[in-house]
Amino acid sequence: MTIASLTGLRDAVRSGARSATEICREALDAIHALNPSLNAFNTVAAERALAHAAVIDADRDRWREAPLAGVPIAVKDNLCTKGLRTTASSRMLEAYVPPYDATAVSRLEAAGAVIVGKTNCDEFAMGSSNENSAFGPVHNPWALDRTPGGTSGGSAAAVAARIVPLALGSDTGGSIRQPAALCGVVGVKPTYGRVSRYGLIAHASSLDQVGPIAASVRDAALGLTVLAGADPADATSAPEPVPDFAAALTGDVRGLRIGVPRALVGAGVDADVSRAFLAALEVLAARGAVLVDIDLPHARYAIPVYYLVSTAEASSNLARYDGVRYGLRVNDANLRAMYARTRDAGFGPEVKRRIMLGTYVLSAGYYDAYYLKAQQVRTLILDDYDRAFERADLVAMPTSPTGAFPLGERVADPLQMYLADVFTVSASLAGLPAVSVPCGFTRGHGAAKPGDSCPGEGGLPIGLQLTGRRFDESTMLRAADAYERDTGWSSQRPPIANR
Amino acid sequence: MLAFDMPAELSRDDVLKIAALANLRLEADEIDRFARQLADILAYADEVRQVDTTGVAPTASVMARPAADRADEVQPSLTIADTLANAPDPDDSREEGGFFKVPRVIG
Repeated sequence: MTIASLTGLRDAVRSGARSATEICREALDAIHALNPSLNAFNTVAAERALAHAAVIDADRDRWREAPLAGVPIAVKDNLCTKGLRTTASSRMLEAYVPPYDATAVSRLEAAGAVIVGKTNCDEFAMGSSNENSAFGPVHNPWALDRTPGGTSGGSAAAVAARIVPLALGSDTGGSIRQPAALCGVVGVKPTYGRVSRYGLIAHASSLDQVGPIAASVRDAALGLTVLAGADPADATSAPEPVPDFAAALTGDVRGLRIGVPRALVGAGVDADVSRAFLAALEVLAARGAVLVDIDLPHARYAIPVYYLVSTAEASSNLARYDGVRYGLRVNDANLRAMYARTRDAGFGPEVKRRIMLGTYVLSAGYYDAYYLKAQQVRTLILDDYDRAFERADLVAMPTSPTGAFPLGERVADPLQMYLADVFTVSASLAGLPAVSVPCGFTRGHGAAKPGDSCPGEGGLPIGLQLTGRRFDESTMLRAADAYERDTGWSSQRPPIANR
Repeated sequence: MLAFDMPAELSRDDVLKIAALANLRLEADEIDRFARQLADILAYADEVRQVDTTGVAPTASVMARPAADRADEVQPSLTIADTLANAPDPDDSREEGGFFKVPRVIG
């Protein structure tokens, strides 16, 4: 099967050219064919999806204006789906069936989307490679022995393999953008507060955001328009008006000032990534954008600040898993021992490590030295961006310093794994919107070079990250779309998708 | 706490104390591994502690404005049956409503 663009499918359903049921079956068939290789789905929701598609087909008039009529989507398994198992890829929640929908989920369904399954991710969205899933890693559709990135790796892989045209992810320090980059698709982390977090299984509450992963900037913009907006169920959701993000994609970037933090992106970046990044800047400049040098002097502290802040918040958020109200319980006659045995059996090593680190930095005697200090440096990182946005309208960086790395390569060294987030965490700490758009391939076995229109044998996707001002997703999406129009990277498919 | 008071490495005792605070039981091999890995991460985080933050306010949230109050009105919420449906050991035998059961705490 070939999944058409999101709008193509939607328009076919709206016009009656195709039925939602037929499209849903195709997506389910694709999961059946590809999931044994990819492990991108924890749960396939065949019955639920077909029932929902039948509802749409039975009353087509009602869905004539629906922005996602009959569009099959995948949802990261840390977003609650009523009556559909939601595990956060953890043994702790292996049998958890939420009694309610996340707001992001109900908004997509109300817009006509059909959920075909729940996607694999790092446990409780903690990781950079998807290897922290209790259900095994997702495999990158471009190279099955490599990571799809993390933590929304299943969602990125499902879109890359063209199983679905749109998937939901969540991003705490790069978990939408980095897997999107490593799988060659588009990922959007909205401004903090833009999308409701209600029903998102909490990792780090001051950083978590829900966002779309899609095969093109336009499809991601359509998804974001549906997702965005205030929600009474999430007090941190923002009342800012929601524009039509797809309508902002004019292709015009003349005079747009794109800030490039040369010092930051100059070191520690794979040579192919660096070349593709610089070539992408030239494409935007040729369209009339103006490149300006900027400095983000405190961004070099972003990784340690992120891991101090996010683990502190995680240690508090994950205290709720105590074997009492939901999730796993390992019985013991003693209450405290029941808690400890439950949490030992339910949490994997990375989750435990982060709970330990977060508990430590919040504990008496270390709070000021680590947690408070990290919050202060977080302010300096925010201030850097504020200054940069006086000179520039967007900030450009590579999304990831390397292409997809081999599964297993960094598992034994958590610190090395954390370095994968070097370019994504600062926008998270500052609460800014950021998009990753495909900008080329590594050379692989030597055939393709940046600028070639298709990847060479063994080439791996590279992502360009554009960060915008708070609540100005429109400008960043307009630039990403303009870039996409001049290059063919987003339309490249891994061979596994051409079946 | 002053910088020179920070432990250069974490002892097994330190790790066990943190684990107790976090209600985590660790396997024997995890204790040594976490001692080493947490020390590595904290050493890496050490550069943050060298940044001059005199007079810098901490950022706990990037929300542009404080959350607004909402009207204090009763809204529909989950039923007791829905709430108990995922409980590992629910007690829904009583008419007046169900309970989450836990191991005996007193006596």
